[in-house]
Amino acid sequence: MLNIRIDKRQGDLDMQLDITLPLQGISAIFGRSGAGKTSLINMLSGLSRPDQGHIALGEEVLFDSRRRIHLRPEQRRIGYVFQDARLFPHYNVTGNLRYGSRRHDPKRFADVVELLGIGALLQRAPATLSGGERQRVAIGRALLSQPRLLLMDEPLASLDLPRKRELMPYLERLAAETSLPILYVSHSLDEVLRLADHLVLLDKGRAPLHGPLEHVWGSAQMRPWFTVEELSSVLSATVSSQEVRWQMTQLSLGEGLPLWVRSIDMPAGQKVRLRIRANDISIVRTQPQQSSIRNILPARIETLQPDENGHLMAVQLQIGNQRLWAHITLWAASELGLAAGQQVFAQIKGISLNQTDWAAHDGRP
Amino acid sequence: MLSDYEWQALLLSLKISSVAVLWSLPLGILLAWILARGRFPGKALLDSLIHLPLVLPPVVVGYLLLIGMGRQGLLGGWLYESFGLSFSFSWRGAALAAAVVAFPLMVRAIRLSLEAVDRRLEDAARTLGAGRLRVFATITLPLTLPGILAGTVLAFARCLGEFGATITFVSNIPGETRTLPLAMFSFIETPGAEAQAARLCIIAIVIALAALLFSEWLARLTRRRLEGAC
Repeated sequence: MLNIRIDKRQGDLDMQLDITLPLQGISAIFGRSGAGKTSLINMLSGLSRPDQGHIALGEEVLFDSRRRIHLRPEQRRIGYVFQDARLFPHYNVTGNLRYGSRRHDPKRFADVVELLGIGALLQRAPATLSGGERQRVAIGRALLSQPRLLLMDEPLASLDLPRKRELMPYLERLAAETSLPILYVSHSLDEVLRLADHLVLLDKGRAPLHGPLEHVWGSAQMRPWFTVEELSSVLSATVSSQEVRWQMTQLSLGEGLPLWVRSIDMPAGQKVRLRIRANDISIVRTQPQQSSIRNILPARIETLQPDENGHLMAVQLQIGNQRLWAHITLWAASELGLAAGQQVFAQIKGISLNQTDWAAHDGRP
Repeated sequence: MLSDYEWQALLLSLKISSVAVLWSLPLGILLAWILARGRFPGKALLDSLIHLPLVLPPVVVGYLLLIGMGRQGLLGGWLYESFGLSFSFSWRGAALAAAVVAFPLMVRAIRLSLEAVDRRLEDAARTLGAGRLRVFATITLPLTLPGILAGTVLAFARCLGEFGATITFVSNIPGETRTLPLAMFSFIETPGAEAQAARLCIIAIVIALAALLFSEWLARLTRRRLEGAC
């Protein structure tokens, strides 16, 4: 576990955080610019010092104001991929990659080079690389220093869209193949959704919300962060069976809650994460018969939140033990007489199932 | 092509300037680093003290060296008694005078270059496990190299031209302290030696030009390495 309990005043920003993050998978730190995201990971890396508090990585105390402990960055073994890559201009790519490795391990070096696809760049100078290539080298350099935790500060933010598309698959591979815990700072919900397992919402120096991505994503506090088109829910499901004839796959959201999606090549029991846009769900009070819509699930209305401009109603539904948002018009909500606590049926028209689907949407319908 | 006398003055000049520059370089880098990175009371005073030889008349510098570093001087007397090291009327004294006068130029160039080093690269190196010494040796120093080269060449040129402090401190002794400028001065003082003075003048111009071209070439080389054209 990574325990963070810190106070820090920096200019206008007054940070007060008390969070615990798991030391596995990718935890995204999400918030607007100026929310204190970079300040937070600078304090974790040791590049800046909290006013007071305590930071511990597993058993090891990195910072403790009362016990006067402040490990220097070079003592922490925490890798850091900066937004601007920060490659050393006077070393070539190989020199940069090897800078942080204590002992040169040819096998590990080759693995990292292969993972990031930078084999052709090894003799090049940083100034001749594109933005995406630079970031890949910077990631490789951090990985080769054998850190216990990797911090990534918006590695895509300084890149243009084609470069982003170029780098994203490498980040996804990194997320899938490494066992190294990663803290990923981002202000893009799309990136967060594609990469993270865990989400910390950072707002004006506070972390009002953190937890597994599915929980945080669907919570009411998260809704202001989405535009109307973006509002969506993330659910976890398991693959239960294949319908070969119609090329469909059945997933399960829980006991007695089947969900049909376009055929995916995954074994039964495999956990998947799916995203459903609020605009793709409609609500009916009685179970429709002979509908073309395959996915109609019993749900309970949790809350109703009218949209600011008075046209749409965001309805939070509970299906099994998972929550999801649906968008309907205020008119429909009034005519159906919807209220919290009612049992209804949710008709689901579109489901994005895997990261490739999300990439195709690219955050926009 | 050159007479023995001219060779003697030329080689002595080169020797004195080289020794002066090489000995003051480590101290120059240290002080430039302190001025660029340090935050302490009295920094402005230290800065002014280092720059003093630049604005003082060289005669004053020579006079102060005579008082301080001469064999009867405060520091010079102690050095002579303890180590048998004497600066008075020797080429070592000429090198010392040249070093003192050229020092501000060297520190200035290195300091500017140090201040231009991207501190964020140093931060990056630290997150990769490099301690302060390694960061300095592998990141800060190489990135300061253009400034160090510029400072060295500038100081070397200033040393070659040193006259006032040298003649005041260690006099004008042939083969010992008679550098090119002093030799030229002697010829100008001597009636009928205008031709010899003119020859020395040409030698001085050639050396200065060579030093400038060399520094330009070095600067281009380091710039190319930093920008990594391949």
